Amino acid sequence: MTSSSAVAAAKPSRSRPSPARFFWWVVFILGVLYFFLPLLATLLFALRSQPFLSAFTDTLTASDFWSALGYSFVIGIITIVISVVLILPTAFWVRLRVPRARPFVEFITLLPFVIPPVVIVFGLLQMYANKPISLTTAPFGSDLLLIGAYVVLSLPYMYRSIDAGLRTLDILTLTEAAQSMGAGWGRILVQIILPNLRVSLLSGAFLTLAIVVGEYTIASFLARPAFGPFIALIGRNEAYRPAAVAIISFGLTWLAMGVIAVVGRGSRTRIRITGAH
Amino acid sequence: MGFLDLTDVRKEFVGGTVAVEDFNLKAEKGEFVSFLGPSGCGKTTTLRMIAGFERPSSGSITVDSADITNKAPHLRNVGMVFQSYALFPNMTVAGNIGYGLRIRKRPADQIKKRVGELLELINLGGRGDRYPWQLSGGQQQRVALARALAIEPQVLLLDEPLSALDAKIRVQLREQIRAIQRQLGITTIYVTHDQEEALSLSDRIVVMSEGRIEQIGTPAQIYNFPATTFVAKFVGSLNVVTAKTVDGAAGTVTIDGLPVRTVTPFQAAAGSDVVLALRPEVVTIVGDGDAASSRTANRLHAAVDEVTFLGAVVRTRVKLPGGTTLNFDTFNDPHAVVPALGSAITIGFPAEGCLVLAD
Amino acid sequence: MTAPAQMLVQGAPKARPARRRNLNVLGLAPFVIFAALFLLIPVVFLVVGSLQDAQGNPTLANYGDLSQDFIIDAYVTSIRVSLVTAIAGGLFGFLLAYAVILGGLPSFLRPALMTFSGVASNFAGVPLALAFIFTLGHVGLVTKFLLDSFGIDMYGSGFNLYSEVGIEATYMYFQFPLMVLIMAPAIDGLRQDWREASANLGATPAEYWRHIALPILTPTLLGTMILLFGNSFGAQATAYELAPQVNLVTLVISAQMSGDVLHNVGLGYSLAVGMIAIMAVAIFFYTLLQRRSERWLR
Repeated sequence: MTSSSAVAAAKPSRSRPSPARFFWWVVFILGVLYFFLPLLATLLFALRSQPFLSAFTDTLTASDFWSALGYSFVIGIITIVISVVLILPTAFWVRLRVPRARPFVEFITLLPFVIPPVVIVFGLLQMYANKPISLTTAPFGSDLLLIGAYVVLSLPYMYRSIDAGLRTLDILTLTEAAQSMGAGWGRILVQIILPNLRVSLLSGAFLTLAIVVGEYTIASFLARPAFGPFIALIGRNEAYRPAAVAIISFGLTWLAMGVIAVVGRGSRTRIRITGAH
Repeated sequence: MGFLDLTDVRKEFVGGTVAVEDFNLKAEKGEFVSFLGPSGCGKTTTLRMIAGFERPSSGSITVDSADITNKAPHLRNVGMVFQSYALFPNMTVAGNIGYGLRIRKRPADQIKKRVGELLELINLGGRGDRYPWQLSGGQQQRVALARALAIEPQVLLLDEPLSALDAKIRVQLREQIRAIQRQLGITTIYVTHDQEEALSLSDRIVVMSEGRIEQIGTPAQIYNFPATTFVAKFVGSLNVVTAKTVDGAAGTVTIDGLPVRTVTPFQAAAGSDVVLALRPEVVTIVGDGDAASSRTANRLHAAVDEVTFLGAVVRTRVKLPGGTTLNFDTFNDPHAVVPALGSAITIGFPAEGCLVLAD
Repeated sequence: MTAPAQMLVQGAPKARPARRRNLNVLGLAPFVIFAALFLLIPVVFLVVGSLQDAQGNPTLANYGDLSQDFIIDAYVTSIRVSLVTAIAGGLFGFLLAYAVILGGLPSFLRPALMTFSGVASNFAGVPLALAFIFTLGHVGLVTKFLLDSFGIDMYGSGFNLYSEVGIEATYMYFQFPLMVLIMAPAIDGLRQDWREASANLGATPAEYWRHIALPILTPTLLGTMILLFGNSFGAQATAYELAPQVNLVTLVISAQMSGDVLHNVGLGYSLAVGMIAIMAVAIFFYTLLQRRSERWLR
């Protein structure tokens, strides 16, 4: 079927330049400019530190950087674990046994959009920080509140991610097959459902991690030594290091999204990667 | 000069694939022509060139003597029915049907009248205010047809319109389509891979394979006198076997060593292989005591390989001494004795039933 | 047939007595309890608190106090900022998505934009504010470039990053990507055969957009803009870092938490409840529009 015809009277169907095409290029280039200039400006500013790259080396050798990042990272991991332990069985149960509860559960997962973080922390503080339950007097108590708030923030993304993943599995058949071979609920969830949700879980986990590490409002008002407040602190007091940290923070988010994209490639599940502000 | 002329049409895509080559067709006004062939044979590409969604690399397309080869799609006056119906979801049935007329700025009362007429034509009168998602597949396709007809096109194009529907609906709908087409006398091009559709609907069929026309003819011509092996294999359930030439001028060959007479002389050296097509409906079982007749001029001894009961028809497959298998159909007869598998059997068929194919 | 296979063939018993169904709901308990502890009950607490005075007696005065000029101004400013970023962000985000999908640009640009949008929609708060200060601040990259190369004095002509306008410009950094991410599948949902059918019936591309594509996209467009509105309305960290003097409701609430600027705890509660009410209305309309668009773009 291939032909080596020398003369192609053919006009290739898509390369006719047109005024419309020019307009879309303009739009795209404006977008690129808008997105890259702030990043470029930050990078250039960080590179101005003397000696060269000292902003970055100072950052990466400073203990306050690592302790803040480490703290947020650990909080993030704990948040993810609790979130999965809470949401996976719930999403599974809703699909399998209580489909009529679905609108109610979805409503709850929509609530973190309706109640902004600043209001959430306001409510949490008013409720748990005053008498009689003064959780915030002990750091551990505040950590608990922080993790609780973050699990709530992660609800929409975790639930949607896991639910989308469950939708592509026929969990009814899988469950019945497992039950007929004697598996209990725990075993079903851990050994059968979980491995098949790898993509959903990973994408939900990385998104939650990105949100937790980048979060400022709740961590700051609960007075926790997280990465967000750390950036704000040095931003107020120092010159070059904040720029370096901003670049690093952007790079970390990119890394997290990159993992999600790689993991999600070829998967049937559609990954939602919109995040918080 | 036909009403719709395609002359030497060729389509080559960027990258070198040739989708259509040497396409020549003259369709008369009011004629129903099918493009028949397997996926990828170029039939849809050709249709899209008539509609204007693809431009031919070379060649020309004219409608009623006007050259439309390079006209933009919205300036041609052809109506297209898509495989996926392509009904606009934000408009009612009436809105969809009247869309073309609204674009042409016809007065509102005229549009309303025409839409009403078309709704009656497709048997959906009174359902004009429904939305596409409220209709069944068959109903949606009828609306798509009405929408294409509303603008009174010079040519009607249908791209596998029935392939997404259930078998029963398909048969009903294709008869309706044909009836409407006859009533309106519109020149129609119908693309399909279903040979039963093509055979039952068309005035003429264009059989295509790998971008080229294999044969153009009436359904009877295509079926009874296939020009090439491809057509023979694709249309109907012809038996296509390899035979050895004995004497080309006399039309005699052997199949698995058994002598067979064909009726038309052909060009081939003695001993060379030729391709023979044998229609299953002319083959019959010959009893031991049956008298000789022209209907069973050729008699072959074979063994019964498989008997399949298909309801009105019983399909028997027999194996010749050399391993060649032949299928033939007989009408169901409750009193007939079904031959046992492996038993010896004699089959007979007339000389006119064999066709030596060109390639 | 082995026993397990036999059970598979017969299927699990389907009939469920009513009592069993009640027990099934209990399976949702951990989730509900958690949501209650960290979300529902604090909100209820806020609502109840807003209806009490300092001594704990029921009152509507806190809501009456919302009519103070200062508070009304905060709400108006917040709504204004959110509307601007929602509409402008929505329009440009839509154009950007359209450009890489249907605008005839090289096809590798689409996945690049999508991935970047996923990152950028999460880039907010302090780092974002800092990045914009480095770009458009008094000695920012763009500020100096315009001054040195073209002699344009931005700050001299009245531009100020540390203002309401600056906040709007900065918020776009996560509004554009959010719009792109949500509109991309919707634009994909515009089937090619609709475009072709429209052309076949005699319509120009402009008429196609007017009669078919825009009407189909409008629910998603509007719905997403509402989402953008909510996103902007609830944002706090970026504004706090960039221009805390701008009077936004979220900033007032956070100031109240830092140091009781309102001198009235109940007013803080009613302020928060007012915010929740506005967000709830927004999300309600968003869900309505989303239902409508799902039906068409399936």
